[in-house]
Amino acid sequence: MVTAIRSHFHSVAEAVLVSFGALAVTLIIFSAFVWLHGANPLEVLYALYQGGFATRTSLENTLTQAAPLMLTALCTAIPARAGLLVIGGEGALVIGALATVLIGVLLEGWPFLPGVIVMSLAGAVAGGLWIAAAGGLRQYRGVNETISTLLLNYIAIAVMNHLIDGPIRDFSRTLKTSSWSIPDSLRVGSLPGLDVHWGLVVGAVCCLVLWFVMRKTTFGFAVDVLGGNARAAQLAGFRINRLVLACCFIGGAGAGLAGAFEIMAVHGFANESLVVRLGYIGILVAFLARHNPLAIIGVAILLGAITASGGLLQRRFGLPDATTLVLQGILFMSVLASNAAYGRMSFLEMIRPAAVPEPVKSKEA
Amino acid sequence: MQEAGDLGWWGVAIAVIGGAFRVSTPYIFVSLGEVITEKSGRVNLGLEGILVMGAMSAFAVAVMTGSPWLGVLAAGIAGALLGAVHAAISNLPRVNDIAVGIALFIFGIGLAFFLGKPFTPVAGPILPHISLGAWSAFPQVRNALEINALFILGLVVAGLVYWGLKNTRWGLMLRVCGDSSDAALAMGLNVNYVRTVATMVGGFLAGIGGSFLSLYYPGGWNEGLSSGQGLMAIALVIFARWNPIYCVYASLLFGAATALGPALQTAGINENYYLYGAAPYFLTLALLIYSSSPDRLLAGAPAEVSISK
Repeated sequence: MVTAIRSHFHSVAEAVLVSFGALAVTLIIFSAFVWLHGANPLEVLYALYQGGFATRTSLENTLTQAAPLMLTALCTAIPARAGLLVIGGEGALVIGALATVLIGVLLEGWPFLPGVIVMSLAGAVAGGLWIAAAGGLRQYRGVNETISTLLLNYIAIAVMNHLIDGPIRDFSRTLKTSSWSIPDSLRVGSLPGLDVHWGLVVGAVCCLVLWFVMRKTTFGFAVDVLGGNARAAQLAGFRINRLVLACCFIGGAGAGLAGAFEIMAVHGFANESLVVRLGYIGILVAFLARHNPLAIIGVAILLGAITASGGLLQRRFGLPDATTLVLQGILFMSVLASNAAYGRMSFLEMIRPAAVPEPVKSKEA
Repeated sequence: MQEAGDLGWWGVAIAVIGGAFRVSTPYIFVSLGEVITEKSGRVNLGLEGILVMGAMSAFAVAVMTGSPWLGVLAAGIAGALLGAVHAAISNLPRVNDIAVGIALFIFGIGLAFFLGKPFTPVAGPILPHISLGAWSAFPQVRNALEINALFILGLVVAGLVYWGLKNTRWGLMLRVCGDSSDAALAMGLNVNYVRTVATMVGGFLAGIGGSFLSLYYPGGWNEGLSSGQGLMAIALVIFARWNPIYCVYASLLFGAATALGPALQTAGINENYYLYGAAPYFLTLALLIYSSSPDRLLAGAPAEVSISK
């Protein structure tokens, strides 16, 4: 009992330490990078903070960017717990957004809440089926899910371009080829007192619920066994195909829901503005959070801040808009490299978790 | 449109064949690079990032020096360096090489966009080609039979890789590391070292594939230059069963699929343009579904490669 509690404390401490170490390494490499381009690294790092968190506007901007990332991250994180590497968040988001538009245009005159719920479900189910298809191809046909979901991203974007170029095109929008719009009465607004749309709350709630499901239910336990050792899961008699399909569906539904909120709360119609790498940054969020839905909330806010401060970096230092992409790339690689550090910090064993009262209790028992 | 109209559907067919020769070149280089990397037991999913970085480096160096061939070399070196980054991280314990590839994908594209910004509006030199179509009176045919120098180089490299994997000491070392790292250890091979070299060579070739995009077709540097050729090449390797010669055939097929959309458009068929444009992705997925199997390792697949399991 004592060891169990201590090892949990240590694993959390280790994860926090390793993650912050990776973050520190990232900032050092990134500083060297911008320094080579003639910008003062300290000023750039300060601008990253300013653009992400310093003012009310920048914080609202950060949270707005973070909302879809929480949901697209689930598309990688949930299948990853079952041992799959799914990178189809970008495509599932686009398909979810398209489904939202297609259903939304039929709901003219519907009351607000039922309309929004139906559209959200449409987006989530479409995205879920999109990724579940990749899971099915893997289980029943042996098609590698990483490659198939990547191809599905391109296919989803092609389907969107095809639809908005003809079948569902709104010819009154001449600036950018766009689809029909959902009814204005069904557009989702901001949270009370904050210029951030409701997608943030929905995203955070989804992460919390999935954290609970993955940690406290037999389904979550079975998925973790499968992800840890597929042979053991087979011997235990789990229905592996079902678990994989369910994880893929849940993950895809997350990304599809992100697409639904991009339509309902941000754009109102589908066009190429949906394809802004939200799915790809979601992969990074999932890995940085070590596929833990609770950690995704925080990491998504961090990555949202990087995106949000991109404009400031451009304006103040004349750095290209790809600067944030470089930073994300460095961060991703540091985080992956940091996996090697696990189990090597023996000094952690010397720390007694004095703040945790449980060990005393279990001694008495 | 009118010119193609003279030839009718033949015009489309000729444009597709010409497109196959033209568009297949980056596929050939990237897939050969990936064959070498995967034969050593690693997957580099970041070849798309290397491709884009190669395109940018090639263009920048070609513009600055005026020599397209120096650009090709620079693209290869940039690719090898990014390959070294991939290998260095993947050599660490408990690191998933596929995930590193995704990170490299983002990093390579970011780096290329970052460094390439000043070169977007510039016009640059292009690589030479050989005209095999002088006998024809039709400009479409002459156009289709302009064989670029990198395509020919790609065929030579494919032959070399095929021969090298089979007949050289290096080829054997590579295959041992790819099929069983235990056997490689027993032979006294440094598995990580072999895989590092293989990933760097793979990166070198993928970088050259990228140079084709900016120095021949479509030419120039912009952020939309690549449309995922680096990613499709990875699926192509599976379809080609890790055989360098089959890679060339598969690349021609993929090139033809990529050329289908533009060919139909020049023939005046504009409907479903985006769906035809997605033909290579549909084709890749269909071929993957066709050639995969749930219960056995694919023939020719290196046993240590996680993507074939």
